[in-house]
This record gives sequence, C-alpha cells and structure tokens, in this order.
Amino acid sequence: MRALTTRSKADSYCLGIESTADDFSVGILSFQGEILANETSMFMPKTGGIHPREAARHHAEVAGKTLGEALRKAGIQPHEIRMIAFSQGPGLGPCLRTGATAARALASYLHVPLVGVNHCVAHIEIGKLVTGAKDPLTLYVSGGNTIIAAFEAKRYRIFGETLDIAVGNCLDVFAREAGLRQKVGEPLGALVEKLSAKGQNLISLPYSVKGMDLSFSGLLTAAMNLLRNGNYRLEDVCYSLQEVTFSMLTEVTERALAHTKKPELLLTGGVGANRRLQSMLETIAKEHNARFCAVPKQFALDNGAMIAWTGVLAFQRGLSTPIEKSFVKLKWRLDEVYAPWVGG
Amino acid sequence: MLLKKGAEANLYLDEWHGLKVIMKRRLPKAYRLSTLDDAIRIHRTVHEPQIIHRAKEAGVPTPTIYLVDIDDANIIMEFIEGKQVKQILNDISQVERTDLCHRIGILIGRLHNHGIVHGDLTTSNMILTSYGRVFLVDFGLSEQSNEVEARGVDLHLMKRALQSTHYRYAKECLEVVMASYSEVVGKEAAEDVLKKIQEIERRGRYVSER
Repeated sequence: MRALTTRSKADSYCLGIESTADDFSVGILSFQGEILANETSMFMPKTGGIHPREAARHHAEVAGKTLGEALRKAGIQPHEIRMIAFSQGPGLGPCLRTGATAARALASYLHVPLVGVNHCVAHIEIGKLVTGAKDPLTLYVSGGNTIIAAFEAKRYRIFGETLDIAVGNCLDVFAREAGLRQKVGEPLGALVEKLSAKGQNLISLPYSVKGMDLSFSGLLTAAMNLLRNGNYRLEDVCYSLQEVTFSMLTEVTERALAHTKKPELLLTGGVGANRRLQSMLETIAKEHNARFCAVPKQFALDNGAMIAWTGVLAFQRGLSTPIEKSFVKLKWRLDEVYAPWVGG
Repeated sequence: MLLKKGAEANLYLDEWHGLKVIMKRRLPKAYRLSTLDDAIRIHRTVHEPQIIHRAKEAGVPTPTIYLVDIDDANIIMEFIEGKQVKQILNDISQVERTDLCHRIGILIGRLHNHGIVHGDLTTSNMILTSYGRVFLVDFGLSEQSNEVEARGVDLHLMKRALQSTHYRYAKECLEVVMASYSEVVGKEAAEDVLKKIQEIERRGRYVSER
C-alpha cells in the first residue's frame, strides 16, 4: 500500500476537490500517483441526517482552510499545480456546486485545466492505486451508494445495486431511530457494529435479494418495528440487522464474482470499514480464488485524493472539462463514464 | 462433475438411475450464520421445484424434477442439453438473435401472466437446446407475485444483464424482448411494467434524489 509520501522533484501535481455529501476534502497527488496530501473536513449535523444546504454551507466555510492545509502538508506552492480535478457527481446538489465553484475559481486563477470526475469511479480508482488491484470486482458500500461494479469494454459496468436505499443509509437511519448518539468522527455504523458484537439471538428479518440487486427498505422497516415492539434487546436487533444486510451483500457479491470471474475483490466505501462484512467477503473471495482488497479507511471514505488521482488518469488520456461544461451532474451514473485509461 | 460453482448453489452433472441429471446442491455458506443459512437453503430447496412446476403450467419449458432432498438441500433434475444464451447471443446473426429474443420475451410474458417472477433473468439462465427450444433454468430466486413492482424488477434485471454482458446488442435485444412480452401480457400491462422499470432506474441513485 502507498501511504502519504514526500514529493519527488520535477513532478506534475494535481489538486482534487471532493464535496458530494457531508465531507469537504482536498487531495494533492503527483502524476505518478504519490499521495502528498488528503485533508478532510466532515460536516456533523446537530440532529438527524445530512441537510444538503447546511452541508454546503459547511463546505463553503471550510474550503479555504482545507485547501491551505492540503498545500502546506504537500509542501508545494499553488503555481506548481498543473491541473484541478473536482467531483462532478453524483451527489447532493448544493454540496457538489460548492466544490465545483471552488474548483472553477482555482483553475481560472492558476490558468490550469479543469477535470470533472465521477465520484464512484474515483472510489474504484483510488482503491486500485492503494491496494495494487488491477482488474477488480468492486463492492462500493456507503451512506449514499450500494454498487457492485467491474470493468468491461472501456466502461465500469454495474452488475448489481440497491433498488431503493443504500445499505449505509439503512444502518444510519436505524441507528438514529434507536437513539444511538455518535461522537465526533465516529460513524453511526460503527455504533451498530459495537452493539452487534453483544448480540446473540438472530431475529428473523426479510432477506431481499433479486439476482444481483438488493433491497433494504423493507428490512429497515421491519427492524424499526422490532425496536418499537419493545420485546427485543437492541443488541439482538443490531446483530440481526447486520447479519442479514451483510449476508445479502455477500451473496450478491459472490454471484457477481462467479459471473465476472474477476481476479480481485475490492471493498470500498464507509460501510466497508465493518469487520464483520470484511470477514464475510474475504471468505467468498478465497472460495473464488480472488484476492481480497479492503481499501484503507482514509481512502475508502469520501476523499480528495481519489478525485485528484482519477483526474490525473483522465487528463493523461487527453480528457478535460471546459468551464462552460463543468455543471454538476446529480445523477451521473458510474456506467455512463467513458474510461479510456483503464486496461492500457 | 462440478458444472458451475454459483453464489447460491453448486451444479453437478451426474448420472442417476441411467439418466443424465443436474444435482443442485445448496451447500452451507460459511459466511452466513448457520441458523440464517439453514433457513435460506431449505426455503429455496423446497420453493424452487414448486415454481418450476408452475412454470410448466404456464407453458414455459423447464427441467423435470426427479428428487427433492431437504436434509441435504439438494434437488435432482433433468439435464437440459444445449447452449447458454449468454454464450451464443453475441455471435449469432441478427436474424437469429431477433428470433431468440422474441422467444425469450414470450417465455417471460407467460411466466408473468401466470403470476411467476423468475428473479434471476440473466442470459446464463436461458438454454437453447439442439432442437431449438428455449428452456428457462435456475428458479432459485423466483417468487409468486402479480405485482407490477416484482415484474419490473425482473425485467430490469434482464435489461441489466443484457447491458453488462451483451452491451453491443443490448438495445435491439431488449426492444425485441419487450415487443413479444407485450404480445403475451397485453399492451397495457407491458407499458405499466416499462414505466416501472424506468421508475426503478431512477430510484436508488443517491440520497438526495428520493
């Protein structure tokens, strides 16, 4: 794995801005893929989930400071930056627009090209960079996405995905309903994981797999009903919810692995930090002779480095985004992205 | 002989009382808790032959079931000699492709008309026999439902399988499938399902979109 490294001389640098949801993050990479900085400021709502406008306000407030901190950590001057990359979608409109505005301003000021990057593609590309995976089947699980994807003929293709809510969303909403309180920097999913470890009784919950697709909304409702019912220990409900959701994810991932026969299984996104999910996936990767690659947390959560790196890959293949075409794309699907840089 | 190591079951080609058979064994999955795993495997072992039988009533060619063994989560069924549609769809002529997709659409229509959704409509689960008949196999994820939602999910999966594995012909294939599907279920019902597929595609994208 490549950790944060010091700069080598006479190199070109890319600065990437990530702002699709609750994180504002700036990454700086050399064109060779050395990660010089990856600075993130996370928006913490006082109550409830992410309100897009509040998150965007947070991003606008911390943008200058985060940019400055990233440049300082990377040890480079603004004029040494050769290109600016930004997350163009998919994501929350106000959040994306804040990041895009900062990126456009920087690119104009520095007179360097701008490259719009797909957030989901970026998760896969940084995962490949830091784990050394070459052609993985990717399971990307977070608060906003649940996607099983692999590369086929110049595009990442989606083999399976959620038909309703993301798995992280399911766990977060449940945790909030259960009254779990997070500390700063602690994801709600981690609280569910902790409580699950103390669970013993598996309570029956709907197991909803449709081919390689999944559905979590009925499961969430059923789990919340168990809570309201009051006859069950919270630990047991967490345990059951976690076991069922992760078994479902593992089953569809195994199906996609059997179908695509990819040599590696890449796990990324915030939910990927869960140890139980990791161990389940490791089991099936072994069974199908695929190398299991869990992306380290720093690069599995939303981060600027992944945007910068994907920007570099696109830019080196002659792709860039003129400012007049740099509008954000809220629903930009992974499989709409032309990715000529993969596969040589 | 192990034919296919799937996510859900292993398929073995075997001989059984002089017949060429498929043994579908749902082996325990080490990643799942055993209580959850047993419940899922037994449920699917019992359920699959029932639906396969009902599909025959609908006029959809499916393998004959010889034995259902709950203790081992094992089903012994007829081996369908032929080629997976997945293996041939990209290589046959356009006329043949259109004809094949036309027939697939009819079969899906018949299933849906009969209250069955297949649940795993990929081209690996469709077999073209040497005598030119299309069989649907692997009803492991199928369910009985008359809901537009379930039908939409079923065909959405078919669409996605075409787009991922047969991207060059996905559009034309899907059009033909939907046209013959519509002939069987009726225009109105087909349009409802098409609308549902579009709705499903819009769903599940991102938190802010819902």
